[in-house]
Amino acid sequence: MSSHSPDSSAHDTQQHAPDPMIGPGHSLGSVTDKITSLTLRQGVGWKWLFGFTISFALVMLLMLSVAMLFKYGVGIWGLNIPVGWGFAIVNFVWWVGIGHAGTLISAVLLLLRQQWRTSINRFAEAMTLFAVACAGMYPLLHMGRPQFFYWIFPYPNTMDIYPQFRSPLVWDAFALTAYGTVSALFWYVGLIPDMATLRDRAKTRFSQITYGFLSMGWRGSARHWKRYETAYLLLAGLATPLVVSVHTIVSFDFAVGIIPGWHATVFPPYFVAGAIYSGFAMVLTLCIPLRAAYGLKDFITDRHLDNMAKVMLASGLVVAYGYGMEAFMAYYSGHDVEAYMLENRLGGPYAFFFWSLLACNIAIPQLLWFPAVRRNTILLFVIAIIINIGMWLERFIIVVTSLHRDFLPSSWDMYYPTFWDWALYIGTIGFFFACLFIFVRLLPAISIFEMRELLETEEGGNGHGH
Amino acid sequence: MATKWDPLTYGLMAEFNEPEDLIAATRKAREHGYRWFESYSPFPVHGLSEAMGFRHTKLPIIVLIAGLLGGLGGFGLQTYLTVYEYPLNVGGRPLFSWPSFIPITFELTVLCAAFGAVLGMLGLNGLPRPHHPVFNIPEFANASRDKFFLCLQSRDEKFHLQSSRQFLESLQPTAIYEVPQ
Repeated sequence: MSSHSPDSSAHDTQQHAPDPMIGPGHSLGSVTDKITSLTLRQGVGWKWLFGFTISFALVMLLMLSVAMLFKYGVGIWGLNIPVGWGFAIVNFVWWVGIGHAGTLISAVLLLLRQQWRTSINRFAEAMTLFAVACAGMYPLLHMGRPQFFYWIFPYPNTMDIYPQFRSPLVWDAFALTAYGTVSALFWYVGLIPDMATLRDRAKTRFSQITYGFLSMGWRGSARHWKRYETAYLLLAGLATPLVVSVHTIVSFDFAVGIIPGWHATVFPPYFVAGAIYSGFAMVLTLCIPLRAAYGLKDFITDRHLDNMAKVMLASGLVVAYGYGMEAFMAYYSGHDVEAYMLENRLGGPYAFFFWSLLACNIAIPQLLWFPAVRRNTILLFVIAIIINIGMWLERFIIVVTSLHRDFLPSSWDMYYPTFWDWALYIGTIGFFFACLFIFVRLLPAISIFEMRELLETEEGGNGHGH
Repeated sequence: MATKWDPLTYGLMAEFNEPEDLIAATRKAREHGYRWFESYSPFPVHGLSEAMGFRHTKLPIIVLIAGLLGGLGGFGLQTYLTVYEYPLNVGGRPLFSWPSFIPITFELTVLCAAFGAVLGMLGLNGLPRPHHPVFNIPEFANASRDKFFLCLQSRDEKFHLQSSRQFLESLQPTAIYEVPQ
């Protein structure tokens, strides 16, 4: 599906050099110095401090919401019967989905030899970790008795019982912990050579020791690099099916149930595509301000943004197919309750959100077909935010409209989020951003050694093969 | 200065500006009969480990075994717990309902294989190792920036302080350092 727009065909005349992946005039040394200087300089800028302060205030809101929840229980949320899964599950799925773009960029694009991933993979992986941390909070907090969360794992216990391994909720616990752990390993392995660079560049004793400790004594030996590259490729190969399995299992949480609107075979692929969609939208939401604030336009070029926009467009079309198929199956099943679910989405009390979802996820992103839109940074940023909102609405529609009117009309009810639902949600957004602010301050947000490698291959590639 | 083998010397190190020079130097060192030497670069240079005669690593086997152990362990655990340890009759469905054990089996396969890859890589590389004699050379800090190094180690039978230095000089490096132990 290569989009041959008038713009790109103009570029195709010189096949070899579309847009550079690194700005002109960079050497191994300048790439290294530019990225390390962001980490090693003293103090913090006012922009960083401003952003971090707001995020940190929201983390305090998160702490307050969690404290209130532990004191009064899940009754402070808008949950009821039949809607037992409110914001907690909506936000859980939203955050997991966001996380998936990081793994996709770092693992799948590595295996596909897409070198443009290099300047955004580190950042996207960090985003994955923090998004998974936010996602992981929700099932724990939703449990009512979060202190017993470990009961979901099989361990020898005095109660002599074990979890139900046939339940998607148990699969989910395994999938999410495996995913979080593997993402952290992948991220850390990628950081090791860069930690060595920081160790060698650091001026203060404290940072030398800290980065030296984290670098594990990396010295760039050829044998080490060989094993390192093997390990990195294998990790990428392992993370690729993992990321697909995780969102598949998340969709099983719904699809294995018999609730109208959930019990559909299209759920796994459509959830995975939705995850890619929302994840790329979040990477763009973060990348565009980051590269402006830190002057990284030489490394995160317009070509990167353009490619991400194309991935978003493609995955958005798969999601649109998912919506269409969901509606078609509801109609075609001839099942009264399924058919009513569709009718209720189109014209019921939550219809406004359903139509907004279609506008955000299907209608507006079609603008990305135009190269001019993909190259307009501000417009792209706005579209990315709209997709983030749209994907959140999608999960809201799936969870709430299916539950609030199911088989038994006498138990129908409405779900309205309360202040504490919103406070917890906004609090996790603050947590996510606070983690990202700390990350870009203390660790290299762009993989330094991979940028050096890219620079070398770009130079060597000029003569068409070495 | 000792003439042949000095226990206080780790080796001799030559510095290069370009990865191609390091590959050429590495190949010559090997052709010259050196066996205990090591090349250092700021990023993985293709063809460098091959020039050293280091082609295969055991890492993929370690990852395969770790993954298999994880998968078999996960499947075995679920089977043992649901069939023998705590059999629970749910609507007369079979106890050994293996298709529903697959997701956890898969997750544990990937998890253990990933640990195998990371710990295997670190273990085979002998990391973590906070200090190493090559760090005694201040200029070696550029091995993580833009310089390329070849270090002949003194434990090599062929190593001789003078002749090895002459050999390194013939490779036309930008600098030569004696690395203390």
